Amino acid sequence: MNDVSADIPCRLQINGKTYAADLPPSVTLLDLLRERLDLTGTKKGCDRGQCGACTVLVAGKRVKSCLVLAVSIPDAEVTTIEGLSPNGQLHPMQQAFIEADAFQCGYCTPGQIMSAVALLAEGHTHSREEIREFMSGNLCRCGAYNGIVDAIEQVVAQQNRNHTGEAA
Amino acid sequence: MNVISTNIGQSVSRIDGFAKVTGQAKYAAEPHPPGLLYGVIVNSPIARGQIAALRDTEARKIPGVVEIMTHRNRPHTALFEKSYVDGLGVPGSPYRPLHDAEIRFNGQPVAIVFAETFEAAREAAMLVEVDYERWPHNADFEAALHQKYMPSKTRSNYVPPKSRGNAPEAYALSPVKVEGRYHLAPEHHNPMEMHATTVIVEDDGTFTVWDKTQGPQSVQAYLTSALSLSGDKVRVHNPYVGGAFGSGLRAQYNVFLAALGAKMLKRSVRVTLTRPQMFTHVFRPEAVMDIALGASPDGTLQSMIVEGVTDTSRFEHNMENIVVWGLINYKCPNATAGYTIAPRDTYTSSDMRAPGATTGVNFFEMAIDEIAYACNMDPLTFRLNNYSDTDAMHDMPLTSKALREAMVQGAQHFGWHDRPMAPGSIRDGNELIGWGMATGIWDAMFSPTSARARLTADGRLHIATAASDIGTGTYTILAQTASEAFSTPIDRIDIELGDSTLPECPTEGGSWTAASAGAAVWLACQILREKLFKALAKGKNIPAWVKQGLEQDNLTLEDGILHGMNENQKIVLSFQDALSLIGQDALEVEETAKPGLRGTISQMRKARFTHSAVFCEVRVDQELGIVRITRLVNAVAAGRIMNPKTAASQVRGAMVMAAGMALHEESLMDERVGRFMNHNFAEYHIPAHADIPDMDVLFVEEKDSEISPLGVKGVGEIGMCGTAAAIANAIFHATGHRHRNLPISPGS
Ligand code: FES
Ligand code: FES
Repeated sequence: MNDVSADIPCRLQINGKTYAADLPPSVTLLDLLRERLDLTGTKKGCDRGQCGACTVLVAGKRVKSCLVLAVSIPDAEVTTIEGLSPNGQLHPMQQAFIEADAFQCGYCTPGQIMSAVALLAEGHTHSREEIREFMSGNLCRCGAYNGIVDAIEQVVAQQNRNHTGEAA
Repeated sequence: MNVISTNIGQSVSRIDGFAKVTGQAKYAAEPHPPGLLYGVIVNSPIARGQIAALRDTEARKIPGVVEIMTHRNRPHTALFEKSYVDGLGVPGSPYRPLHDAEIRFNGQPVAIVFAETFEAAREAAMLVEVDYERWPHNADFEAALHQKYMPSKTRSNYVPPKSRGNAPEAYALSPVKVEGRYHLAPEHHNPMEMHATTVIVEDDGTFTVWDKTQGPQSVQAYLTSALSLSGDKVRVHNPYVGGAFGSGLRAQYNVFLAALGAKMLKRSVRVTLTRPQMFTHVFRPEAVMDIALGASPDGTLQSMIVEGVTDTSRFEHNMENIVVWGLINYKCPNATAGYTIAPRDTYTSSDMRAPGATTGVNFFEMAIDEIAYACNMDPLTFRLNNYSDTDAMHDMPLTSKALREAMVQGAQHFGWHDRPMAPGSIRDGNELIGWGMATGIWDAMFSPTSARARLTADGRLHIATAASDIGTGTYTILAQTASEAFSTPIDRIDIELGDSTLPECPTEGGSWTAASAGAAVWLACQILREKLFKALAKGKNIPAWVKQGLEQDNLTLEDGILHGMNENQKIVLSFQDALSLIGQDALEVEETAKPGLRGTISQMRKARFTHSAVFCEVRVDQELGIVRITRLVNAVAAGRIMNPKTAASQVRGAMVMAAGMALHEESLMDERVGRFMNHNFAEYHIPAHADIPDMDVLFVEEKDSEISPLGVKGVGEIGMCGTAAAIANAIFHATGHRHRNLPISPGS
């Protein structure tokens, strides 16, 4: 009989660095980040895919890391909040969150920011309603929702300006 | 880099923003000491009875398991029950985790597994087998109402209702009457961060405890007393708290069990609750309120009769102030109210954001809407008609009340005057549109608080107090306060909070932190300034222009620099140079702000409240009954606003929670087992992005020099008070149906 709990090799690219270790198959990507790699910027709010606090990017797409077993995505490229501003220079979304007061306690914030960054790439930012719809997987109990939408719109507007600027 | 000092009242971005948006802010479950053990708690699936047998052999076989702690093998804890009463404990017998075999509520911890990894602890916890002897229980609120009582010892903050006139007789004689029974479902706080504790056992055996709490000093005192530890052995940190809303007022079982495990194993321990476990401790009590209002046809209130009951556990007497608000806020010659609590076999209910007022103000404001309609009068006009300029229940003057202005300005902003009175009169396709309003009231409290201010040789100003910033913006407003009081740029100020060893500050809650900690910081900075000037006056080798400036009182402190005149020339002195002139590395003071400071008056002489007027638009789908909130305006009168940006966020945040209260949030009890069954975010819906429209918050000017030294009242709770009623009243205006149960189920 196979031992179902025997460690399995895990290899990931996390924020540009290679991580390789043998892991029990039950370790989620979220727990790997928080408990084994000390990347505690990614938060746990429910551990079952219902709150979005654990949102990270896997191959550029937003993913709830509590629902992913670390060994199940070999060689995947993972970006966490710590990887968003690698040299201390804030990502425009992080800057916009500060300016728009898009958080209070800050606990949902890394997940909101990662989700918002992916949302920009997805292009679902045509109206406040659309932003709300596509951000609804990220709960905020402090109720910073208005500020989050403001922050996202601010970054969209900046990007549009930059694009028009480039075209001209 | 800022060179100018910041003032109280400016919209400064949060100074803790960088740490929060980069993921660097460390919360309770995030420090990682070497050799950390993970604790996973096993909870009782029954509500009442006792543990008959407990087998952990299988669980202990899981590799990595270090210990399984139960009531049988736990280390010694305090002997007397009173040692387990925490700072905000209520009368009764406090729950003592793993004390004995008795089960008093469903979800009660019966064991905790400690293992080298979280995964091992979690797996082993599932293998702990427990047999129970079941005793009869009651978890049904309706049934508990038959046993309602008034405890002989009431909670310290309980405000007994005071009758005036003859309310029953006046009610009988009133030509216009409404009466109804209102019901509020239990709600769980559900901060996004689950309750968690990391206990770091230091080399010298002392405990550094990172806990999710609103009061590090309260938890410190609780742990030393309940676990029989010596006071200097425990230090509690909570620099960042991922929301709490009252769930962190009392010490929760995770902190007790984590510290007990560390005591037993002499190793660092982390215990994080799961989301379902977040439904096994505190919640906002379920409530019923009977309200009868009588008026004359011209819209003058003649009688108010309020009777309310909230739930509590079988072992503690939790109480709330739910029945007094209407009696305080409305002029009416005859009024009476009564209050009792109903026991059931659950954990003790507890304070959740604006406790008491959230329940009582909203229900009362729903009843006011109903009687306004019964008088055929616009609900705003009705409220202005029955406006009280005093605390009408205690017949006491108020320090201030700009509620009238809030109503007028809020109405104007919303466009209330265009509102047709008749329900169901605005439509858009399939949707009925309704406009509703309500007013809000909450205590404006001020508690003695201490703060330290320290100027160091690098020219930086360090402020410290044991306050907690639970997302409230405390770091930022204290930095603004220090910046103004010590005329120093904000980025040369360091704020240290969330540590039990810092100067004394009451547990964060009830919106008192801004007023209280703000006053303490302001005072400490003033005294530090005096101390600096005195040292310069006394010092040797002090330049003549400085001495002269001090004597002639024209030495000023501006933007972090001392300014004076030298032979008609402006001349400056940096803090660094000033300290070196007086030969000090640092200058430090610690001060306590108390009522009386700066002309503030005691709670005994004048009543003190924050007020608001809330306006709401809803759209109700005629066929599906689905309610959408499309507009919310809240005009708040809360004295001086320290930071309009963060204050508006506070109010909006509470309005979001109030939207949940009005439409979604409901913890559903399975009476057969005594457990809240919908214990996750899929089944207990908290408002999501798509539920929440843009919300406008207006701050109405209100100067109040008696309320607190800085004229501040606090804004953490007020957004809860009135918002749910405005939503309910808007639904009535849309549909013509009165709903008296919150949350309002679509279509019901
Ligand atoms: S922790 Fe992953 S969605 Fe909540
Ligand atoms: S900022 Fe606190 S949960 Fe979103």
